[in-house]
Amino acid sequence: MLIRKPDDIKSSEITDKKRYLNRRRFIQAAGLGAAGIGSGLLLPAMFGNMDEAHAAKKLEGFTKGKFGTDEPQTPLKDITSYNNFYEFGTDKGDPKRHSGSLKTRPWTVEVEGEVNKPRTFDIEELLKMPLEERVYRLRCVEAWSMVIPWIGFELSHLIKAVEPTNNAKYIQFVTLFDPEQMPGQRRGILDWPYVEGLRMDEAMNPLTIMGVGLYGEVMPNQNGAPIRLVVPWKYGFKSAKSIVKIRFVEEEPPTAWNMAAPQEYGFYSNVNPTVNHPRWSQASERRIGDFFRRKTLMFNGYEEQVAHLYKGMDLKKLY
Amino acid sequence: MAWIKPFTWIKLLVFALSLIPAGRLVVGLFTGGLGANPVEFITHTTGTFALVFLMITLAVTPLRRLTGYGSLIRLRRMLGLFAFFYTVLHLSTFVVLDHFFDPAAILQDVFKRPYITAGSVGFLLMVPLAATSTAGMIRRLGGRRWQQLHRLVYFSAIAGVVHFLWLVKADLREPLIFAGVLAVLLSYRIAVWRNAPWAKKRAGRT
Repeated sequence: MLIRKPDDIKSSEITDKKRYLNRRRFIQAAGLGAAGIGSGLLLPAMFGNMDEAHAAKKLEGFTKGKFGTDEPQTPLKDITSYNNFYEFGTDKGDPKRHSGSLKTRPWTVEVEGEVNKPRTFDIEELLKMPLEERVYRLRCVEAWSMVIPWIGFELSHLIKAVEPTNNAKYIQFVTLFDPEQMPGQRRGILDWPYVEGLRMDEAMNPLTIMGVGLYGEVMPNQNGAPIRLVVPWKYGFKSAKSIVKIRFVEEEPPTAWNMAAPQEYGFYSNVNPTVNHPRWSQASERRIGDFFRRKTLMFNGYEEQVAHLYKGMDLKKLY
Repeated sequence: MAWIKPFTWIKLLVFALSLIPAGRLVVGLFTGGLGANPVEFITHTTGTFALVFLMITLAVTPLRRLTGYGSLIRLRRMLGLFAFFYTVLHLSTFVVLDHFFDPAAILQDVFKRPYITAGSVGFLLMVPLAATSTAGMIRRLGGRRWQQLHRLVYFSAIAGVVHFLWLVKADLREPLIFAGVLAVLLSYRIAVWRNAPWAKKRAGRT
């Protein structure tokens, strides 16, 4: 397979310093004006700003991987306190607040369906796969984005190990279903368990990884511990978290958000600034930590690596 | 300060309480307490309080009729203007912080995203109400016409709740709470128009 090196962040993508400073000044001035109005009444610090002791386990023996971007990485604090993981609640602070109850050991991932060697992997075995650090952009369908240094292994390694049959055209991923550990599942917001899927060639693409950590440490519970999918050219919800089952199938498998709102979320859900969404403009996004929106890139900037997968497809229809 | 009437104290207290949500945002802005996505946090907070104050304002009339505390009417204008205040903050956040005055992006949002269309309608309906909230304007319009005009607030509140309902992805709990409260408040008006005996005005104290 031909693997081309991605060209990294273009200079045109970077907010120039003068604009950046201007907007800083703008926020501060606006804030000061507002403070003048409100300050007399409201000085007590009403917001607790807790930075708990961080005691995550370090991951050993990973290498610096391909396809990394050198854009500034989103701080760990933001990655672990602001995300969607509806199994723990629908507020973006809920995953951090409620994921303490998730038990990540023992943990197994069952692989079944159209494969010659169906088997169950113990998480410890999967952690022995060739781990790499991949610094990827993550684009949420809600028009915010981050840059995250994931640790993981290429999904293709796992696929090759189980030898898919010729009938295996798609792969389905199933998240843990256990309302005891995942309080958000006590309400029928989505049709639990969360399911996601990829076409075989998407799953085999070297960009697609199974994430087991970030920032050099074991995956935090709230980000999909102990093992999750990371597909950087698709909207975040495609990257299923806390996976317990991988199923090789012949037909396009059902996916959670597509079942919930088919007119909004398609099976492919590639990051695509030209396909409108009824709730959010997908033309631009706010990088967490930035003030200005930036233009969203086709396939989240991974066009070179993945555009060939969709040749001849009408991505406006197959969104 | 014995010359300040007791009710004025209540009014001042309500005024101060009503400013707390805005004050928390200002404090948060300077202490980094607004989380990873401050623009979103400000948008959600101001939007929520715009709706909260709309509901409180709409509750004034039923409350004073049902309890007999007629003087509550003297808080209504201020509460209504706070609803407008938080709506303006909400809209400004969208225009300034979210889109930084990008007219093309803003217009696209207003016309292409149904929930933003609904929100814009709700805001536009509030503008004439805020503009005619002074005693002078009431006199110039005449009480009857003024009152007719201000019935627009019902439609503004409906648009506001629809705006919230249409924007959430899957978890409808919060907007449905607002929808329920609004339904109760509007049912009261319908009951009054239909002359339901329980909704009749009590002998007021003012």
